[in-house]
Amino acid sequence: MTQAAMIDQDVLERVLAAAVRTGAEFAEVYAEDKRSSSIGLDDGKVEQVTSGRDRGAGIRVVKGDTTGFAHTADLTERGLLAAAEAAAAAASQGDGGTRTIALTRAGTRTVSPVERYPDDVRKADKVAVLQRIDGTARSVPKSQHGNIVQVSAGYADSRKHILVANTDGVFVTDEQVRTLLRMTVVADGDAGMQTGSQSAGHTMGFELIDKVDVEALARDAARIALTKLNARPAPSGALPVVIKKGSGGVLFHEACGHGLEADLVAKGGSVYRGKQGELVASPLVTLVDDGTMTGEWGAIGFDDEGHPSQYNVLIENGVLTDYMWDFLRARKEGRRQSGNGRRQSYQHLPMVRMTNTYVLNGAEDPDDIVRATDYGVYVAKLGGGSVNTASGDFVFGMTEAYLIEKGEITEPLREGNLIGNGPQVLRDIDLLGNDFAMGNPGTCGKDGQGVPVGDGQPTLRVKSLTIGGTAA
Amino acid sequence: MSGGEELLALAERVVAQALPGEQVEAFVSRDWETDIRVYEGEVEHFVSAQSEGIGIRVIRDGRTGFAYAGTLDADAIAEVLAEARDNVTFGTPDEFAALAEPDGVDVVEQELWSDALAACPTDRKIELAKELERMALAADGRVRIEDSNYADVAAELAVATTTGIRRSGRENGCYVSVGTLADDGEESHTGFGFSVGRSPDDFDLAKAAREAAERATRLIGAIKPQSRRTTVVFDPFVTAMLLGVVSSTLNGEAVAKGRSLFKDRVGDQVANPLVTLVDDPTNPLAYTATDLDGEGLAARRNVLIDGGVLQGFVHNSYSARRMQTRSTGNAVRGGFKGTPGVGCLALQLNPGTRTQAELVADVEDGILVQSVQGLHSGVNPISGDFSVGASGLSISGGQLGAPLREFTIASTLQRMLLDVVEVGGDVDWLPMRSAGVSLVIRDLTLSGA
Repeated sequence: MTQAAMIDQDVLERVLAAAVRTGAEFAEVYAEDKRSSSIGLDDGKVEQVTSGRDRGAGIRVVKGDTTGFAHTADLTERGLLAAAEAAAAAASQGDGGTRTIALTRAGTRTVSPVERYPDDVRKADKVAVLQRIDGTARSVPKSQHGNIVQVSAGYADSRKHILVANTDGVFVTDEQVRTLLRMTVVADGDAGMQTGSQSAGHTMGFELIDKVDVEALARDAARIALTKLNARPAPSGALPVVIKKGSGGVLFHEACGHGLEADLVAKGGSVYRGKQGELVASPLVTLVDDGTMTGEWGAIGFDDEGHPSQYNVLIENGVLTDYMWDFLRARKEGRRQSGNGRRQSYQHLPMVRMTNTYVLNGAEDPDDIVRATDYGVYVAKLGGGSVNTASGDFVFGMTEAYLIEKGEITEPLREGNLIGNGPQVLRDIDLLGNDFAMGNPGTCGKDGQGVPVGDGQPTLRVKSLTIGGTAA
Repeated sequence: MSGGEELLALAERVVAQALPGEQVEAFVSRDWETDIRVYEGEVEHFVSAQSEGIGIRVIRDGRTGFAYAGTLDADAIAEVLAEARDNVTFGTPDEFAALAEPDGVDVVEQELWSDALAACPTDRKIELAKELERMALAADGRVRIEDSNYADVAAELAVATTTGIRRSGRENGCYVSVGTLADDGEESHTGFGFSVGRSPDDFDLAKAAREAAERATRLIGAIKPQSRRTTVVFDPFVTAMLLGVVSSTLNGEAVAKGRSLFKDRVGDQVANPLVTLVDDPTNPLAYTATDLDGEGLAARRNVLIDGGVLQGFVHNSYSARRMQTRSTGNAVRGGFKGTPGVGCLALQLNPGTRTQAELVADVEDGILVQSVQGLHSGVNPISGDFSVGASGLSISGGQLGAPLREFTIASTLQRMLLDVVEVGGDVDWLPMRSAGVSLVIRDLTLSGA
């Protein structure tokens, strides 16, 4: 069923025609109407309930290699025409005559169905979820090394309608509903404070609360904080690292995901430029970027340029098969875009972005991977990371890690960064498990814009990574 | 600050609708931005945009509610006020929840508006980005350009409350930046250079171009160093990033909630006596100099660590009330979409007297760290664990040597402050909330080959 669009089709056609009147080859209207709510609980109190509304349109005009862009919060024809003129002026000077634009609206595409829209849920019910988290985490009994002293938790939901129309005739609308829970627990002991965090986020409505075990998440965050109270300093130097299923997708996001974004490749800013068809990873590795993965944090029906989301194989059995593409880069190369044109909001230009990026299953039993490791580090939970795509050097933080000694997981380790070089680490993956899982919801930052992304991977081993600890 | 009178009138109209027993705050802003990217001598994109919005906070019986909208339409504002009121119902009563009240501290006026920038024609802005691209290319034959940018923003804002705050102002500023690449076998190294100013007349394009070329080329042929404990000299840029992490341990809200590693340490020697750390947004040299904080109180100078002894923390009105003290004028606000938090506004380490070269000459074995990676992932300001990826130059016998990459340096924030050996005299007022200065710290763990 097609609902009424935010802007009427005849208005869009007139605005697009005005945008290309100065001779531009391409113009696009991206409109968005987003309602969001968030709740913060800290120190035992519901500190604040926030409601937000963001609504507006960004107009992009392309002439030659130049893109002009303007945005407005005024969705009337007058407001849109003013923005179209500003974008057209920014893209070019001169006069190009008149073009008629005919749009054909595409059917909607439901990648992630929603059971309970956030606006249909009472705020009191949202607040109650955070109180469950607080109560559960605080009731976790103290350990011999200390106890839980502080809990903070957050709930956030958003319902976003987008509309994309362009002079190529594309006209699509999409609805994206996301719900997120996060929590951080602080434990205090003789050796100072430690933290444990957990989160759950999906492209779905309030049914998230029924689909995840909220109490288990809270207990787990508390367990991590308590466990780390008697953690020893992490080793320093290069060691084998086993990364638990669902906790290390960020490694691929950083180690090679960004380097496979066509805009970075085109400017020679990626170590993977010119490597299509070459072996760039261990033959165990097949890496996919998949915007169609139902309910996952990076799932979308259409990308923010109106292209349907896709399942894209980036690396197959170690061989680089393709990069990720947005409209401009694909047009330049005379090929199809891949559904990876995304933007933070109507106030931003789209660029090549990941969606859900993950490594497919291998064959090993995860326990065997640990047993096969004489001395190394077992990473049960990773924090964020970052990469320099040109050199391939990346870091990521380990927020829950243990020592592996003689094939067994032993003592907990304090936090630290791991550092490696993307192409080298991809080649150094020597064991891949059969226990695939998606990881925590993430926000990927690029050029000042954040978009929701997912990642996942089975348990795996990298035969050598540099551990940034303080122990010899 | 002056300007923003129209927005102030709008904020006051909202506040006037407060019901008995309600505290209401309205924050209104409007900004204009230009963003130009040049690549290979052509404009790649040109963004011209205006945005505006309002955030309304309501407090009743110790409960807080908040709502915002990215528009100043009358209907939308009415909806925002109604939503904020509705949201109040769900908060937990907190005896300390209340809006800021005027505290009699005088505002130190700052020059935050440039007519020269407001009058700068578009052609000149484009030409500045093109010129910077040419200069960076000319600076070193090994360098390619990723992009060259010009950006400016002008903003008007106003805040009014039922507690008697009414402030408005306007501010503008601009910058140019260039991203560079230099090839090293199959890999490349990136660099960047920038220059900021109230107006384009303040730019130093030559310095931006030179630094961008140096940053891209200095790691050519870099090797991975051997793991060991060693002395580290931080470049001013890296020190400024480090101070950003230290500032979160001095945040009064973190202290009030038992989440700062310095919570019970006022009066203690927490750093080497060489360390005096001041937050001073009234210093006009600071990039983030301002006259007002996020709640509309006067920004002011606060000494946080004096001769290595912890003096206190920074507060907004909420954290101050909880700690039975006064706001230090450190409410920070990201815009109309949020309520004010607490943070340092313009941190500075009191400088020493010597140049970076003189500091390096005293180091027998060590590393000059020129960039760090992973401050958000490997540093925990609650436990103090510190571990970051880094690159730089080796120091041997007081001389700079081979370029180094793909290693980490680690310690704890607590130990690093005590292990400071010397603060340089080379203060650099970077476009961040902290000023840069060279800093020598001993006994960090280097993890590499």
